[in-house]
Amino acid sequence: MFALPAYIIIAIFLFGIGTLGVLISRNLIIVFMSIELMLNAANLALIAFSRALNVTDGHAFVFLVLTVAAAEAAVGLAMVITLYRNRGTVNIDRFNILKW
Amino acid sequence: MTVDAVIFIISAVVAVFGAIMMISLRNPVLSVLSLIVSLVAQAVLYIQLGALFLSAVLIIVYSGAILVLFLFVIMLLNLRGSEEMGQHSSPSRLFAKFLLSLLLVVELVFVIKASFFSSDAAVGIMAAPTNGFGSVETVATLLFTKYLYPFELTSILLLAAIVGAVVMARQDNHADRPNSDPKSAEPDNRFTEEMKK
Repeated sequence: MFALPAYIIIAIFLFGIGTLGVLISRNLIIVFMSIELMLNAANLALIAFSRALNVTDGHAFVFLVLTVAAAEAAVGLAMVITLYRNRGTVNIDRFNILKW
Repeated sequence: MTVDAVIFIISAVVAVFGAIMMISLRNPVLSVLSLIVSLVAQAVLYIQLGALFLSAVLIIVYSGAILVLFLFVIMLLNLRGSEEMGQHSSPSRLFAKFLLSLLLVVELVFVIKASFFSSDAAVGIMAAPTNGFGSVETVATLLFTKYLYPFELTSILLLAAIVGAVVMARQDNHADRPNSDPKSAEPDNRFTEEMKK
């Protein structure tokens, strides 16, 4: 069994990779998947802290985060389908009406 | 080096590698598959941390439901790694974005490090878990007693998500919108013309 910081470092790396994916990806679906990855990194940190402090409360939080992730994926993919139907692309550079 | 350490290193490397492949691959289907690889490795880390129930939930909900939904949408939209989609931004911008996320990682590491050294919580090798730590029983007891109210609120969230997904993805056949004829394959022109200004 490793110490707590090892798991937290892995979670931080996964969160950073997710941020990088949101920034550099041009595909709306891959941006959504990067957001899912960031949620998972937060889950890993919650579980690691929960294990280190020997309380199960973190597991309940992770359960709720998983529910939010599922709801977000369903609504987000519906939005992707609607955008694709309206514009014929999922390239996020084409969705710049709200961009100043 | 114990077996635990070997398992930790392998699954951590696979998790990070899968995540890197996810953001760097051009083909969205391969991207989804490498995210599944990363999530399975994360489930192994969950098991090491004693969260047996949640690792099963992670595999069932993520690999079984959410990522299959992603794959389904990719197949439905018939997305390929098209040439337009494959272009990343210019190297200088890419470098700036990379630098920004690296800055975020460094910041997070410093925050975590500072909090570790300022608090008196034990951060060394973790103690043995209490009996039944992370089992279905303990998590369910917590969810239905201490966190009953948030747990019930998630049902409202799921209901809103179902209604929202159905309403948004519905084919709009009403005549009050121009260009909403489902037979016309061309995209809606109202926005593209606005974009050219």
